[in-house]
Amino acid sequence: MPPRNLEAALEALLFSSDQPLSLALLGESLEAPLDEVAHALKTLEAGYASRQAGVELREIAGGYLLVTAAEHAEWVGRLLRGKKKMRLSRAALETMAIIAYKQPVTKSEVEAIRGVDSSAVLGTLLERNLVTIRGRSKVVGRPLLYGTTQEFLDYFGLRDLSELPRPEELRALVAAREPEQLEMLEVMAEVGSGLPVGESSHEVEPLPAGTGDGAIADEPFGD
Amino acid sequence: MSPADDTPAPVSKAAPSAAPGEAGSLPRDAMRPRGLAGPPPVMVKLERFEGPLDLLLHLIKRDEIDIYDIPIAHITQQYLAYLELMRSFDLEVAGEFLVMAATLMRIKAKMLLPLPAVGEEEEEGDPREELVQRLVEYRQFKEAAGTLKLREDERRLLFERGLLPSEDEAGPLPLAPATLFDLLDALNRVLSRTPRVTVYEVQGEVYDLDEKLSLIARTVAEEGRVRFATLLERCQTRAEMIVTFIALLELVKSGTVAVVQDETFGDISLVARAPEESETHAPAQP
Repeated sequence: MPPRNLEAALEALLFSSDQPLSLALLGESLEAPLDEVAHALKTLEAGYASRQAGVELREIAGGYLLVTAAEHAEWVGRLLRGKKKMRLSRAALETMAIIAYKQPVTKSEVEAIRGVDSSAVLGTLLERNLVTIRGRSKVVGRPLLYGTTQEFLDYFGLRDLSELPRPEELRALVAAREPEQLEMLEVMAEVGSGLPVGESSHEVEPLPAGTGDGAIADEPFGD
Repeated sequence: MSPADDTPAPVSKAAPSAAPGEAGSLPRDAMRPRGLAGPPPVMVKLERFEGPLDLLLHLIKRDEIDIYDIPIAHITQQYLAYLELMRSFDLEVAGEFLVMAATLMRIKAKMLLPLPAVGEEEEEGDPREELVQRLVEYRQFKEAAGTLKLREDERRLLFERGLLPSEDEAGPLPLAPATLFDLLDALNRVLSRTPRVTVYEVQGEVYDLDEKLSLIARTVAEEGRVRFATLLERCQTRAEMIVTFIALLELVKSGTVAVVQDETFGDISLVARAPEESETHAPAQP
């Protein structure tokens, strides 16, 4: 039987957890239909927002997590005094991005894109559990395949992989950064002829490259 | 470009005589004299590039080059000048950078060659194409890394429960940060407590070490257990404290007196040793 005050019970569960709780788990624990739980979550979230509470409800890594509101970060940060993890380096972020978009992906594929040896940085990401081994590729040498983890979603505050900008959005972002090349794109679009690179370049192929016997496809990226 | 620019330009000591024959063509913002020459060594900050592609993108952006139509001779020259600059600062130029240098030169050479006979053209294509593709792809991932960075920043402002260290974890921590300075402070406190009843300062007052030795030995024998602090507090002057301390060391060495501390950072006390031990000077029995 579901609790009499579903919203309050929900709040209690969320408060008790330091990890995102999935809708399914919440529904199961509260013996309540998922749509009701989802509705109560919405109400709860709106409630925090409307009274500018110190906490807010976030959808992170496929679940719901109660976190302190961003505007109070400074104070909480003082209390914790450097208890937060180290930020990722530029190299790590680059590698992380490639893995997120190309997973499952081998180390040499990552290195081909970055143009530099990436063993150390990959090691760091594995150590921090932002990246995990997904199996082995079937290509010669059966190299290991890497993919992102739940921790990755949590660390970047992503609901799921689809929240990453899509390849075409990235291209637009790049173009916006280089105005002269935006013009170029427009000109080329008008001409509509064979661009040296462009749509044909499969660089940010959304789906797993079909390799990897042991690969467990997470959520398919893109949609 | 100001120093506060978002892409910090490399700063070099005044005019490194690098890049043979190309000193004049070094990237303008790649060399910037900082202040006038002075005796202290000049701090040098080279922009750190993640790799050759990153460096190429930087040059392309800086020189406002169209990435789809790279003037290969120009970019090769700039690229090599940069490597030379790195070398002039004794920076190890990673192998990847050299491979790219070779690639650039190969493309440059190909571009200089007369066009192949008609028919082969389609197969050959633009020798720059592969490089351009790599650059475009890399740039896109750089952008993706940038968006991840933003997400990271945002997420770091949100704290979930459980980040506070528990009581247990916090327990032993306060002991750890004691430094040499804390130790000196402690010594200073003890020294400052030295009574200042220096009414008549007898010149040439000498504390006899042997006298102190027997005094301490006697005190310990009589009282059984004497606090180290008490012993020092009984002293009138610094000199006396020091002599007392030396005497104490001597007694410990000879085995007459043992020093004990019941708990970490607790009081240090002196106790008499069993006579047979002190007589034989044998190490402590197991």
